[in-house]
Amino acid sequence: MDSHHRAIIAQSRFGLGAMPGQLATVMADPRGWLLGQLRGSEPSTDQRLAERPDHADTVRQLASGMQEGSKEARRAMLDHTKSVYRTDVATHLSASAASSRPFRERLTRFWGNHLTVSVARKEVLGIAGAFERDVVRAHLDGSFAEMVLASTRHPAMLAYLDNLKSIGPSSVAGRRRDRGLNENLARELMELHTLGVDGGYSQADVRSMAELLTGWSLATDDGVTARMTLAMGGSPAFTGAFGFQHRMHEPGTKQLLGRRYGEGEAAGVAAIEALARHPATGRNVARRLVAHFHPRPTEPSGQAAEHHLAQVFTDSEGHLPTVHEALVTTDSFWERPWARVKTPHDLVLGVARALGLIEEGEAMGEALEALGQPLWRAPSPKGWSDDEADWTGPEQVLGRIEWLARVARTVGPTAGRGRALADELYGATLSPRTADTLRSAGRDDLWVLLCSPEMQRR
Amino acid sequence: MNPTMNRRAFLAALGASAALPSVALATAETDARLVVVLLRGGVDGLAMVPATADPHFRAARGTAAPESDGLPLDGPFALHPSLAPLLPLWERHELLVAHAVGLPYQQRSHFDAQDMLETGFDRPLASDSGWLNRALSAAGRASPAMAVGRHVPLMLRGPARATSVDPSRRSRLTPERIAHVRDVLADDPLLAAAIDEGLATRALVDAVTVRRSRDLDTQAATVAQLLARADGPRVAVFDVGGWDTHTSQDRTLERQLAQLAQGLAAFADADPTTWQQTMVVVVSEFGRTVAGNGTGGTDHGSGGAALVLGGAVHGKRVVADWPGLRPGDLLEGRDLRTTTDVRSLLKGVLQAQLGLADDVLAAEVFPGSQHVPTLAVG
Repeated sequence: MDSHHRAIIAQSRFGLGAMPGQLATVMADPRGWLLGQLRGSEPSTDQRLAERPDHADTVRQLASGMQEGSKEARRAMLDHTKSVYRTDVATHLSASAASSRPFRERLTRFWGNHLTVSVARKEVLGIAGAFERDVVRAHLDGSFAEMVLASTRHPAMLAYLDNLKSIGPSSVAGRRRDRGLNENLARELMELHTLGVDGGYSQADVRSMAELLTGWSLATDDGVTARMTLAMGGSPAFTGAFGFQHRMHEPGTKQLLGRRYGEGEAAGVAAIEALARHPATGRNVARRLVAHFHPRPTEPSGQAAEHHLAQVFTDSEGHLPTVHEALVTTDSFWERPWARVKTPHDLVLGVARALGLIEEGEAMGEALEALGQPLWRAPSPKGWSDDEADWTGPEQVLGRIEWLARVARTVGPTAGRGRALADELYGATLSPRTADTLRSAGRDDLWVLLCSPEMQRR
Repeated sequence: MNPTMNRRAFLAALGASAALPSVALATAETDARLVVVLLRGGVDGLAMVPATADPHFRAARGTAAPESDGLPLDGPFALHPSLAPLLPLWERHELLVAHAVGLPYQQRSHFDAQDMLETGFDRPLASDSGWLNRALSAAGRASPAMAVGRHVPLMLRGPARATSVDPSRRSRLTPERIAHVRDVLADDPLLAAAIDEGLATRALVDAVTVRRSRDLDTQAATVAQLLARADGPRVAVFDVGGWDTHTSQDRTLERQLAQLAQGLAAFADADPTTWQQTMVVVVSEFGRTVAGNGTGGTDHGSGGAALVLGGAVHGKRVVADWPGLRPGDLLEGRDLRTTTDVRSLLKGVLQAQLGLADDVLAAEVFPGSQHVPTLAVG
């Protein structure tokens, strides 16, 4: 494949789409351009992201609002967390669109989606953005085990998958009241985050993991159960951050995947680390990476890539930069340009980059809602689908075209603008079909370019 | 006849369709309508259709036991109070309830179970096409099936034409306005076909829609109108999420079941002639734990409940080979056992509405289901 097409693949398949003025730089060394993004020494987060509120502060505010108890206070608190969410969305999208390391941004979204938290649960509203910063961005250059541990301890995940209130039936708190285990987080931790559904665990393992995770909740005075934590906002010991609650923790040893674990927080940490390093986890993660990045995930070249990545994952003990590098250095990821239709997320960011609208984070957030992929609001813990068929239903495709018509109108279409931009972004790779249509499209030519296969596919 | 079947009567019902002469299948109405409502997330079958008169019910459910005994149907079974709009249908013999029904799957993963419920295979991730699409293909149905919502669910993907429409949105595109866009995608069959199907479907919806709303009951009323039209679709799928009630189950179900019931009743109310030709089937990927969990909800389980409604349904029946709710009756000590394969029910519905014979159903629609008998629903 010529370097022209390799540059397009580097920008669109691994990155967030072509930007005017970038083609020559990327063409010089497409692979090096991507690898450089993984090795860069500049700070890994945009300054605007660093200035967003800490998750513990938001949780503490939420708790004190709930404690007041009046309808107005609760309403005000919900409004506040909604506004934190909206600003987080806009900040993240602007930072992604503006990034000089778009491959890292794609990887950030990939892992954020692998470890989905969703504001479909309103407890998560104010801290979904924090989750991506604290869990994903902060561990992108570390090991998978560290990232999964951070995820499992994060209040957003603990709230989303119902662990805050999960109580060991034989624990101090469990014996006192008619409450008990909730196995939601334990199951999804094994099924989705680590081993995969065919990873060889049983219902008994799910229950053991749920027992190990009892007490993984929020920090309060020792002796206060998590059922009451939100009402404990006024307690000086309530930090809004993760805390292990001994009185909720199921005592005794637990059997998980043939190994024995004791009690206490450390036993849960050890269990999560064992799950994260399990070979089945390597296979599960590799499957997800191929489904996301590979041009033909279900064909033999995709299957071979999956096998290779699983090996790299296992050999490197889940060292993420090594795994990310293997995506770029595996040849089959570079086949067949424009193989797959972009998700709304990649389309919206691609349009923003192509048109220089990188500061329009709020508008990008609204566009994602309109196109059915609102940031951090996946419909289930499995996250957003990587299956093209999930994004190309008739109504979804018409929705894209309508949104792009609005974008083109807002930018101010003048005949020839689409043609000039196409040349800058795609140069000689522009298909004859697209070139011909742009020539005859008149004032519609920017809209037509945004709808073209070059823009819609990666 | 006792509407609640004992085991022998139940098995006899399963075998009944095999005795139908094949000519009866071939002359099935081409105007037959079929609506599938997929409740994604695993609805609690024992909450939707509680066995409140089973002496072990309350003890077994623990914290998940309902306050009221529900609306009595027959035998031990009742309807959740929020499903009251379905009672008139029950009385008119237009509602059939299947209980302890489920997939040949016991692992409790939403995603694998939903995959199987949509592909119709006996194992997860076995196909990229759905059972409903393959059934329409086998029946030679030409008009596209309609997914209500933006995406086309896996159940409707495959060789037969399928479209999607979001009745809550007003269309601003016309074929003339979009001509250049259509041109630039001429070599992109996937996106081009989506545009063509989408424009045609929107034109149809624009001809009937009264209210734009995201609510299930309003959208159901719109689709009921479409089904009654000569140029309307004959098959529709609703994909409804929000049933994964690990917490706050009572409050969630009270609200959602009410909307579901109003939506289902809308089909019966729209047009009497169409209703005689319609079957609506309501299914979910699995049921939930018999006992409540520690947090005001229930966790993933196995056997659940399903509904079939329609003017020609042989209803006022609860079809169940009831496995019981004593501790020893439960799967792994926690779930209602699945004693009826949901494919039995789906085969019955497809046979009634699409005229598909048993061998076609087993070979093309539900591969690996030769041993799963067709349940007579009509």
